[in-house]
Amino acid sequence: MKAALVCLVAIVHREALRFVSQRGRFLAAIVRPLVWLIVFAAGFRAALGLSIQPPYQTYITYEIYIVPGLCGMIQLFSGMQSSLSLVYDREMGSMRLLLTSPIPRWWLLFCKLFASTTISIFQVYTFLAIAAVTGITFSPAGYLAILPALILNGLMLGALGLLLSSTINQLENFAGVMNFVIFPMFFLSTALYPLWKMAEASTILRDICAFNPFSHGVELIRFALYGQVDWMALLWVLLAFAIFLFGSLWGYDPSRGIVRRKA
Amino acid sequence: MTTRLSVQGITHRYGKKTALNDISFSLQKGTFCALLGPNGAGKSTLFSILTRLFVPDTGEIEVDGHSLSRKPGEALARIGVVFQQPTLDLDLTVVRNLKYFAALHGLAGKEADRRIAASLDRVQMAERAGEKVRALNGGHRRRMEIARALIHGPAVLLLDEPTVGLDAATRRSITDHVHDLANEQDLTVLWATHLVDEVRDNDHLVVLHRGEICAEGSAAGIAGQSSLHESFLELTGGSQ
Repeated sequence: MKAALVCLVAIVHREALRFVSQRGRFLAAIVRPLVWLIVFAAGFRAALGLSIQPPYQTYITYEIYIVPGLCGMIQLFSGMQSSLSLVYDREMGSMRLLLTSPIPRWWLLFCKLFASTTISIFQVYTFLAIAAVTGITFSPAGYLAILPALILNGLMLGALGLLLSSTINQLENFAGVMNFVIFPMFFLSTALYPLWKMAEASTILRDICAFNPFSHGVELIRFALYGQVDWMALLWVLLAFAIFLFGSLWGYDPSRGIVRRKA
Repeated sequence: MTTRLSVQGITHRYGKKTALNDISFSLQKGTFCALLGPNGAGKSTLFSILTRLFVPDTGEIEVDGHSLSRKPGEALARIGVVFQQPTLDLDLTVVRNLKYFAALHGLAGKEADRRIAASLDRVQMAERAGEKVRALNGGHRRRMEIARALIHGPAVLLLDEPTVGLDAATRRSITDHVHDLANEQDLTVLWATHLVDEVRDNDHLVVLHRGEICAEGSAAGIAGQSSLHESFLELTGGSQ
């Protein structure tokens, strides 16, 4: 038990050191959602009308609507960045060091997940702090209440990244996956538009958005910001996390997974 | 004699290609064993299997009496590994790299500090502890990886072509150092190489060629009347 905790702390610490040393990554993680918030949302405020829908009890500005989606976006990018670093680690050999530890492999991979989630949460709160400076604020309880939602969403997206990293042979292939995963997941979700708005354009698009686990992660954060729980979103996020985690454990299993062919 | 590493009937295939075919050998406490084979002989595949990066199609491995398949944690805790490819974080200091590795073996605090200091002393790198790995030359990085592999006090040290890319003097120094480790500390060493000059006459030698063991015994015995270099070429078809 002590060894497992020592290992967890070391992996989180290493990922944090790596994150701190990559200032460009941190800057990009914060600037990206701020551009969406300040530029995109400002432009869309006039064009996009939002009706009152849970968890909102009154009309809200588009900036308020988009914040949970941007929190989700930070975690989505962070999860994929984490998987990119896993592919890099594997190409550079340091993944071998991790996988030859006597600590159970599932725990090592969970530690990696937890580390990337911790870093993504730090980024989200930094973003929320800057958003607050620009006048976009929520209740103090809301800031606290989103923490469990951010942990779950971060774990789910981190597990997806882990799964992807186990299926990618080379670093070069990762760019394609980023385009085929990040953009569809983000744009086909409730991050930018509510489901009913999507349905006005196409019911198929609405259905895809409703199926997208990222939508449910965003909704979990959105409801948590107002001290509420979207139980259906919670169920979806947990289910997606379980599937992604199971898939990634399979991928990194020395007897069955894809790592067998290329470790 | 205490068997530290037992490899029995290991066979592994990549699709239809057989990478290792029925590999068996045992190493006793304090043995320096050179796993000699040309490129593509299956040395790295065997190392991946010995470190459980993947499991073989058939066969069984025991490390210090612990089955790698049934008790991987216990077995891996008794193995120290130096991979062919460097596995260091270049932007971290030497000591930070070692602390990370110690933690992967459940070691932290003063116990980890004590072991790290002892390991660095053993490879004469104590004064480099605070330097970033990026600032070290290839030889020092390799020494550091050996120090790292010894932190948790393994019974078996595996080194996969550890002198690749090093100059002749550094190669000699590292080869001598690991031989000394086996002699003085009763460490069992499996040293994979394709370089005959890294093998000493009294080393145990396993010659691997096309996934099969084509000779096993003392290096002097395998060399016989000719040089080991000639015997090796003859065994692996390199002289033709």
